[in-house]
Amino acid sequence: MAGAVALVAVAGVGTTVAVAAGGERSVRQEDRFLAMPETPGSTQVVQLDTSFFTTGDSPRPAVLLGHGFGGSKEGERERAQELARQGYAVLTWSARGFGRSGGRIGLNAPDREVEDVKHLVDWLAQRPEVRLDGPGDPRVGITGASYGGAVALLGSAYDSRIDAVASAITWWNLADALFPQGVRGSGAIDGVFKRLWAGIFFTTGSVGELGPSGGAARPALAPEQGGGQVGCGRFLDELCRMYDRVATSGRADPEAVALLDRSSPSSVAERLKAPTLVIQGQQDSLFPLDQGDAIARAVAANGAPVAVDWFAGGHDGGTDTSDRVDARMVDWFDRFLKSDGPKGDGGDTGAAFRVTRTGGVDSTGFQTVLRGASADAYPGLGGTGARRFDLKAPTGEPEQAFANPAGGAPPNISALPGFGGALSQAATLGAGLSLDFPGQFAVFESAPLDGSVHLTGQPTVSVRVRADRPDAVLFAKLYDVAPDGKQSLPQQLSAPLRVTGADAPEGRTVTVALPTVDHTFDAGHRLRLVLASTDLAYASPVEPATYRVAVTGPVTLPTVDELETEAAPLPSRTWVLPLVALALAAALVLVPRLRAARSARRAHGPAYDPALAGVPLQITGLSKRYKGAADRYAVRDLGFRVEQGQVLGLLGPNGAGKTTTLRMLMGLIRPDAGEIRIFGHRVRPGAPVLSRVGAFVEGAGFLPHLTGRANLRLYWQATGRPEADAHLEEALAIAGLGEALDRAVRTYSQGMRQRLAIAQAMLGLPDLLILDEPTNGLDPPQIREMREVMIRYAAAGRTVIVSSHLLSEVEQSCTDLVVMDRGRLVTTGAVSEIVGAGAQLLIGTDASFGPADLAAAADKVAALDGVGSAEAVERGLLVRLDGMAGSQLLAELVRLGVPVESAGPQRRLEDAFLSLIGGAA
Amino acid sequence: MSAVGAEVSAEVAPDHAAGYRAGRTLPFRVEVVRQLRRRRTMVIGGVLAAMPLLVLAAFAVAGTPGRADRTSFIELATASGPNFAVTMLFMGTGFMLVIPVALFCGDTVASEASWSSLRYLLAAPVPRARLLVRKFLVGLLFSAAAVTLLPLVGLLVGTMAYGWGDLKLPTGASLTAGEALPRLGVAVVFVFLSEIVIAAMAFWLSTATDAPLGAVGGAVFASIITGVLDAITALGDLRAWLPAHWQYAWADALQPRMEWGGMVQGVSLSLSYAVVLLALAFRGFTRKDVVS
Repeated sequence: MAGAVALVAVAGVGTTVAVAAGGERSVRQEDRFLAMPETPGSTQVVQLDTSFFTTGDSPRPAVLLGHGFGGSKEGERERAQELARQGYAVLTWSARGFGRSGGRIGLNAPDREVEDVKHLVDWLAQRPEVRLDGPGDPRVGITGASYGGAVALLGSAYDSRIDAVASAITWWNLADALFPQGVRGSGAIDGVFKRLWAGIFFTTGSVGELGPSGGAARPALAPEQGGGQVGCGRFLDELCRMYDRVATSGRADPEAVALLDRSSPSSVAERLKAPTLVIQGQQDSLFPLDQGDAIARAVAANGAPVAVDWFAGGHDGGTDTSDRVDARMVDWFDRFLKSDGPKGDGGDTGAAFRVTRTGGVDSTGFQTVLRGASADAYPGLGGTGARRFDLKAPTGEPEQAFANPAGGAPPNISALPGFGGALSQAATLGAGLSLDFPGQFAVFESAPLDGSVHLTGQPTVSVRVRADRPDAVLFAKLYDVAPDGKQSLPQQLSAPLRVTGADAPEGRTVTVALPTVDHTFDAGHRLRLVLASTDLAYASPVEPATYRVAVTGPVTLPTVDELETEAAPLPSRTWVLPLVALALAAALVLVPRLRAARSARRAHGPAYDPALAGVPLQITGLSKRYKGAADRYAVRDLGFRVEQGQVLGLLGPNGAGKTTTLRMLMGLIRPDAGEIRIFGHRVRPGAPVLSRVGAFVEGAGFLPHLTGRANLRLYWQATGRPEADAHLEEALAIAGLGEALDRAVRTYSQGMRQRLAIAQAMLGLPDLLILDEPTNGLDPPQIREMREVMIRYAAAGRTVIVSSHLLSEVEQSCTDLVVMDRGRLVTTGAVSEIVGAGAQLLIGTDASFGPADLAAAADKVAALDGVGSAEAVERGLLVRLDGMAGSQLLAELVRLGVPVESAGPQRRLEDAFLSLIGGAA
Repeated sequence: MSAVGAEVSAEVAPDHAAGYRAGRTLPFRVEVVRQLRRRRTMVIGGVLAAMPLLVLAAFAVAGTPGRADRTSFIELATASGPNFAVTMLFMGTGFMLVIPVALFCGDTVASEASWSSLRYLLAAPVPRARLLVRKFLVGLLFSAAAVTLLPLVGLLVGTMAYGWGDLKLPTGASLTAGEALPRLGVAVVFVFLSEIVIAAMAFWLSTATDAPLGAVGGAVFASIITGVLDAITALGDLRAWLPAHWQYAWADALQPRMEWGGMVQGVSLSLSYAVVLLALAFRGFTRKDVVS
């Protein structure tokens, strides 16, 4: 075959070279006109406008890229550049009569457009950039959509050098496409003229000027050069005459069918031997899915690999991205053109059968969501299974009569060229537009479906048609009727049919092939078969007629259960982001924890020191600086120890670091250095040993909306400890709130809160009780009571720490003292040690007793046995006892004639304290 | 039993008081009770329950909203009980449900800090991580209740006012009530899941501040900011990274063919951001000096 193709005229005319910059690899583009013979052997020459795209000079497989009807090579440039980047040498051309090419439209005539393809293959074989399978036989694939798809199939049939084909939304038989006949066993000769589409198709080619003209390259346009008649535009005369004839009559004739057959791949079915990818649109009333089905079956019958892709698009419009379809086409060529190349044999061509299904609408982006369903084998239009449903007329009458209006108007509406996509997209949302006029159609319905049925293929139904005219032209539509009565027409497709001989007395019974669709009828929905007498898109008889129609069998819905729906294509962000987030979160939480654990091991001793098991509290080397106060220590190098049974007073002025120390003790803040051990266990935030500590630090903390009682009960429950361990009633007795206990805490006075908080600290009778300024806000009797509570508490072998800046308090209740100032320990020891050996008494004297008398008396008193010292102060004597009892001193004073007016302990601790902290400053 | 604490001797030094176990502290029920009785909880519950009645009254006075040029769920509010419920969800999605979620999760730790009760819980001791987990879960529980309450009351009120019927969709189709209810459930679950990012944001702020208002306000403010950014269409695909971009994706559940894509993406985004925000909360709070 290849040898038989003579290279006639391949001459570069006006070759230009352009390098398209940008993109990852620059694509070189060469534009040139190639001269073709008008017909084989003809001396007349047609100039074809071509573009050649490559990214390099090394031999590579080539791809011929044809354009659609009404387009030109310009429309294919981007796709060609993309293919070139994928490693192909790409040749695009404007077909005869289009773009800047000369010649006239022959509708892919074998001796014209198809012959041109052969010459283009010849030209490719001469290019150094194109890989050869043999001399004059390049490694080449061919693709195109619609008009370009048909020439791809025809080209591959007529030129066996073509190694792979990818055809998109194209025809198998142009006669069947333009004169569809839904009656099984009949053909285009009895078909119904697809008036609107055919009109668009032909007038597109008839318009004289479409796009830039190639000037001299288009002699056919000039009538004086033997061109066609006015109105034929760039069509060949015979095509023009044929169209005029059929468009006028609305019927095909044998001559027209023969002419259209010649331009159809169906005429060369047995020669379609190249691996073929058939991409057909679901929203295509021009070349519907059954056209693609015939292509696939023919290729498969010849033993060549074939894959079928029903995408959500087509001549009616569509929503499928061409990116996916393009990628699929590249995969196909990679497999069959590069298979022994660097890519290896394993190229994946995708599923043998893939259907794009329309989901709902993504309301965030306002886009229809598409997902694919695929099967390993192409089942054809009959499916791999079938469901049958009986149809009945809603009125109950088996036969329904309706009219064909005179003039065929008003027409019912199903698909509209160019609008079908939008309409059917709306249909998926339940808002499709389709219109049937009353009295112009018959209706047959199924019962509501028990379960959902997924129709994939071409449904069929058998109907009996009687008419008062020989021919009955009907339009069959299978609606999906929702339970609320709303009907939608899948893909807006209708199947026209012409029943001949319908005027026989008992009519004619025919099997009707309904439109091929992929559609889910949901459970509860009904199938509704509508047979209408008119359709806007088709030519129907103008003579009035009455049709009587009855269904004579169930409607058969092919199903393909093997189709597996692919997961919805979600952006990778959807699953990558959670993983990244988890990793980040783990790092955020774990890294500081690991670092803290490591430094804790280095800095501190063991978590438990058995030597200190009996020591309620030991603090060593404790330091804390708050953030933002880097130079000022809140607590610095503090160390002291509390023994069991002690009531320890933590004494210091405001700001001495008492509260900070207690907070560290409670694990609320972390020390910068040093450690705190409670019963030998090191304290850290949340350390379990804190459960042995009860604390009241820096004021009460209650939920204001709850009662005092509820606060205490919930607090105890929050510790998770047994209810009985709480000793709630004892604690409440200490609080002494009476009826107020059942009022919300927000109504409490400061003192009431204080007492409740102390009661809370005592819940569970902790081994170590910490009270921070416990007597603030208490009245004197309560203070005394509190003092007794603390003493009693410690007497039971427990330990109490009381912090205060008031001496009177610690003096009277504490056994031991820790004095702090400015974060440092000032002194620690028993109260008596700090106060001094003996107690001091202040003796007040009568005003008449002058300073001289006082001085004399002081000397005498000092001399007494059991008196440490005595000194005269204003209006009195200050006596430090050293063994003598107070009462004895008074007796001695009376004996010495001192007029005693009063006697009381002197607050020398206060002085001692002040001098202590004064010294530290 | 009363002597347990007193009998601790020098020989045995248990590291915890009798009956104390870290894993038993702050039981879920206790935290629920602590939060439930709060006035703000009651107010939010009351407002959400009253909202459908308010809207109903507004419709009764002013008539059903209707515009000739477009249809949304609000125009169909009076079609049936389910429609009214969906309308309530629609109204709540943008703002009305953000506030309860931000409040329940933003106020929970900060308010304890402001009451000073936080330090007593921590000294009880409730381990800090446990405290956060419990508080966040309870906050989520209350948020879920708020998100559910609005459409639920809407369903009840709407059914009483407009009858039980099919859910009419803006596209013109409709779902039977039996079909619509599970879908509505999915929508509510999605709204809740998509609010978790707000919850986590509020919770993080709650652990970082002692001012409850700051935490709640901060989260609401962040929600408004992302909403405003999402309205800038010039940002293009970048908007897909904004949680607010997906907040109405639940409408995908209420169409003839249910669509999961948007909801899955929205939930993925919400949970991813939430995980990081929660990690920040844990990281900060477990190392924080509690000085309130």
